[in-house]
Amino acid sequence: MAPNNKISKIQELVYEIKVGEVMKKDVFTVSPRTHMSVLRLILQDKRFSGTPVIDKGKLVGIISVEDFIKWLADREQDCPISEKMTRCVRTLYADEPLTHAINKFERHGFGRLVVIDRQNGKLRGIITKGDIVEGLLKKLEVDYDDDETRRRRIRHFFEDILADKATLLFHYDVIGHDFQRAGECASRLKATLKRLGLHPQVTRRVAIATYEAEMNLVIYTDGGHIRVRVEPHEILVRVEDSGPGIPDVEKAMQPGYSTAPEWIRELGFGAGMGLDNIRKCASKMALRSTVGKGTRLRICVSVENGAENETN
Amino acid sequence: MKLTELIQKLNLSVRSAKGHLEREITGGYASDLLSDVLANCKEGNIWITLQIHQNIAAVASMKDLVGIILVNGREPEPETIEKAEAENIPVMVSELPTFELVGKLYNLGVSGLEE
Repeated sequence: MAPNNKISKIQELVYEIKVGEVMKKDVFTVSPRTHMSVLRLILQDKRFSGTPVIDKGKLVGIISVEDFIKWLADREQDCPISEKMTRCVRTLYADEPLTHAINKFERHGFGRLVVIDRQNGKLRGIITKGDIVEGLLKKLEVDYDDDETRRRRIRHFFEDILADKATLLFHYDVIGHDFQRAGECASRLKATLKRLGLHPQVTRRVAIATYEAEMNLVIYTDGGHIRVRVEPHEILVRVEDSGPGIPDVEKAMQPGYSTAPEWIRELGFGAGMGLDNIRKCASKMALRSTVGKGTRLRICVSVENGAENETN
Repeated sequence: MKLTELIQKLNLSVRSAKGHLEREITGGYASDLLSDVLANCKEGNIWITLQIHQNIAAVASMKDLVGIILVNGREPEPETIEKAEAENIPVMVSELPTFELVGKLYNLGVSGLEE
């Protein structure tokens, strides 16, 4: 972004952000009857450069370090704050834009301004130049994050590609028996499809089917690979491994049928529902397996059907 | 009901994704079989399980679940927390066993069936 843009963005923000959003809300106050000798301790202890004076809930003045020094220099007797405080306090309303605060700071050279409620005149907070800078920085950070996510979301990706036919291919390697990384391919695929701006329902169907297929490779095989072909009308997931193969494909497709060992079931896998889940997510599915050679699974999710009500 | 409200009412300890607790809960599902959850749990549901390994985060992410509650005070594995952080899935721990926890959830109006 050019520096000029940044400035105009801040100019925009100082009108957008309200004083109430950036001010400090928990303000320490003193009573007008507090003595100057006590104030000394408060200023020392809290390291304030000034604090509002409140009487019966209403703002009656402000007492600053300058007032205190003046009192010291004049070598006067101890007296209540009310005698030395500044009575004519410049205030801001909590619902005023930041730009009003900035103008007041510039015009009067104050270090802080008291913020009051427009309706009842009660103290709402206190604002310094530092609070304004902090508030602006926070807002800029939020806007920057929003901008980043928006840029990633490539909506209607294919509409921007000028070709008679457009296809995207993704390849993922699955490592067998590696339960630490199991599911990673499906997670990465899901994130990718999401960024491409596919319908959430379609993305979820593809991700779940791919996850189940990936888990099968992890549990039962030495590994394999997953290839995904994304076209505007459908997503095809091809899963291949090189063994051991499924002896009875029909049986394997039955919900609840499983050959998984006990320890895998204890992890929550191998419930015998994987292939059935894939079938439910897919618009079309084909499974070919040869014992000792390997298994090939084709899962097709049509973009049109997939976006309809979720069946699983 | 929002997740934050649930955490407070059931005294849950949050172990991951502390910045993602504002989602609305659409319902609940209790199961320890991952494929079962993938098949039957719905988007925005809260999932109750005793499984603590990192695949629960992947499953929750696949189904866009609002969060996972681990029962019997079971702590997630470090890898699970890592994965759940990456996927923005809140993992919470309850001292209660599944039966008790689900009963409380039901009383709070979290249903397992779609309305």
